[in-house]
Amino acid sequence: MSEMIETLEQTALSDYKYGFVTDIEADEAPLGLNEDIIRFISQKKCEPEWMLKWRLKAFRYWLSIEDKEPTWANISYPKIDYQNIRYYSAPKQKIAPGSLDEIDPELRKTFDKLGISLNEQNRLSGIAVDAVIDSVSIGTTFKAQLAEQGIIFCSITEAIQHHPDLVKKYMGSVVPMTDNYFAALNSAVFTDGSFCYIPKGVRCPMELSTYFRINAENTGQFERTLLVADEGAYVSYLEGCTAPMRDENQLHAAVVELVALDSAEIKYSTVQNWYPGDKEGKGGIYNFVTKRGICGANAKISWTQVETGSAITWKYPSVILKGDNAVGEFYSVAVTNNFQQADTGTKMLHVGKNTRSRIVSKGISAGRSNNSYRGLVQVGKNAHHSRNFSQCDSLLLGDKCGAHTFPYIETKNSTSIVEHEATTSKIGEDQIFYCNQRGIDTETAIALIINGFAKEVMNQLPMEFAVEAQKLLAISLEGSVG
Amino acid sequence: MLSIQNLHASIEDKKILNGIDLQINAGEVHAIMGPNGSGKSTLASVLAGRNDYEVTYGSVEFDGVDLLEMSPEERAREGLFLAFQYPIEIPGVSTTNFIKTAVNETRKHRGLEPLDAVAFLKLMKERMKLVKIDQSLLSRSLNEGFSGGEKKRNEIFQMAMLEPKLAILDETDSGLDIDALRIVADGVNTLKRADNAVLLITHYQRLLDYIVPDFVHVLYNGRIVKSGGKELALELEERGYDFIKQEVAEEV
Repeated sequence: MSEMIETLEQTALSDYKYGFVTDIEADEAPLGLNEDIIRFISQKKCEPEWMLKWRLKAFRYWLSIEDKEPTWANISYPKIDYQNIRYYSAPKQKIAPGSLDEIDPELRKTFDKLGISLNEQNRLSGIAVDAVIDSVSIGTTFKAQLAEQGIIFCSITEAIQHHPDLVKKYMGSVVPMTDNYFAALNSAVFTDGSFCYIPKGVRCPMELSTYFRINAENTGQFERTLLVADEGAYVSYLEGCTAPMRDENQLHAAVVELVALDSAEIKYSTVQNWYPGDKEGKGGIYNFVTKRGICGANAKISWTQVETGSAITWKYPSVILKGDNAVGEFYSVAVTNNFQQADTGTKMLHVGKNTRSRIVSKGISAGRSNNSYRGLVQVGKNAHHSRNFSQCDSLLLGDKCGAHTFPYIETKNSTSIVEHEATTSKIGEDQIFYCNQRGIDTETAIALIINGFAKEVMNQLPMEFAVEAQKLLAISLEGSVG
Repeated sequence: MLSIQNLHASIEDKKILNGIDLQINAGEVHAIMGPNGSGKSTLASVLAGRNDYEVTYGSVEFDGVDLLEMSPEERAREGLFLAFQYPIEIPGVSTTNFIKTAVNETRKHRGLEPLDAVAFLKLMKERMKLVKIDQSLLSRSLNEGFSGGEKKRNEIFQMAMLEPKLAILDETDSGLDIDALRIVADGVNTLKRADNAVLLITHYQRLLDYIVPDFVHVLYNGRIVKSGGKELALELEERGYDFIKQEVAEEV
């Protein structure tokens, strides 16, 4: 028995296979944060005046709350020195790419190594990709084909230049710059991210995805993504993230806004695999993310996330169910190992009548990690006949890790129904022995059990990514059991 | 095939097995009977390699190799199968997927290519008939919400899929009604061949009406105190375990 617990405790970190650094010359801002840096970023991005003003306004707001970094989350980390971060770093390309074919071969190689093809000829996957490295988007595939249906899919930088009306209308409409500490910071210094607009009644014919990569040292990544699905439109979107292995902690503070107008549907999937730090807890990404969507009448937003990376995850993809009959969903698998800390969950804000939300959260903790679910279900006084169902399951591997659940429920009317179910379990030695007795080794047994535990969420992922995500789960926990 | 010599085992310093000797040859069916707490299930667990138990003395050879040196999964891949008294539930893992993983791990060990989905389904369909198990059961999570009888049938189904050299059935008859018992026994009998062997662990003679043993052993206080043919089981049924206890007491 004690032997099994010992092996469960062995927290040898598996190889983080995305930990390489690409040697590319970068065009960088000096370290530090001030109005000049913000002007520098805005200028680098050839932004119009209104955008700069918006950024400066956000920055001034952030300055006013600079020493009020939120402390309510169940995480601990040394104070972040915001003056010791580089807020802009762009890979220097030999020539500015006019098309995807002209992308620096080194960069193309980086993405090939990550298993992401920027080659449109490689159409097997049928997925359009926007590739973002450090602070800039280096290219977006299938743009022309999508444009035929009026779909805009490009970097946020391009959108600010070419589609200012849409950006002005929607940016900050779901996550205002004053929303929270990290959202304010992001609004001031965001560098790149994706923009997508699906016109009225159009069903986007392929999966859209953005692939984020932090490469440069001491660099923070502040991505900004804005997705707008006009009335009756549909889009399925996926983001993936990786970073090199470095001893220092790096900051990633993103804002993602989703707008689903009446009868539109957005499915947003994330496979987050930022570098989690080594087995002693050294290094890793601090991931402070604000993700929120708003639903018009009969609209639906579904968040699916598989979180395996980052030293710290602070993330609550939420849905404002504004229109009547709107639907919000949140499916999450969060894995923490070694010294990782995750405080993640969702907010479902029921405003309209007959709105429905569903929360399925699966937390898996191993090593000495801490994994918390934090969720808010708020039913407003006019949200008559609304329904919520929440299920939070935690699975523990070993006896040095922690699982916590912080569900908040506020209802202001008597016709709505809110349900919350929670379980905590340990992978039983009985289960492992049973698998062993059928010829299945312990490592494979754990992978089977974990994938079984997370199945309900994994089933929500687009097919192409489900297999990858399953492997990722197994890799993240490799070595955490004998 | 299996040769147990003077096997002693304990759990948390409590001695359970006190010198077991047992020889099982290919083609034989052995039954181990005995009162509660005599060490029957411990013997099964020790043979399967459960690490809660410590072997303090003795040896076990399986097909000429030292069984006790092998990990539980190696023992399984070498052809030792344990039908659990209380099969374990694994939520979210489909029975089919579980068995497929088990079959292919075993094939890999034997240097065979893994079965693809088509070949596996074909094999599964064929073996399903043996234990009259329903396809719908196999697409459900492993043992989750299965009735007692379904769990036991699922054990025998896995045995049919894995084709072990030695199958140990730990009180597979407990909790089965007479129809389920017959189905399970029929399955075991059909799988019986000249090159494999079965070790039945049971309280009751009832199972032995359906699976007829070549040898019956009585386990008491962690030792085999009496061995005989199938008629020994009938004698036990008639006289209870008390006469064995008495015999043992007289010997001392």
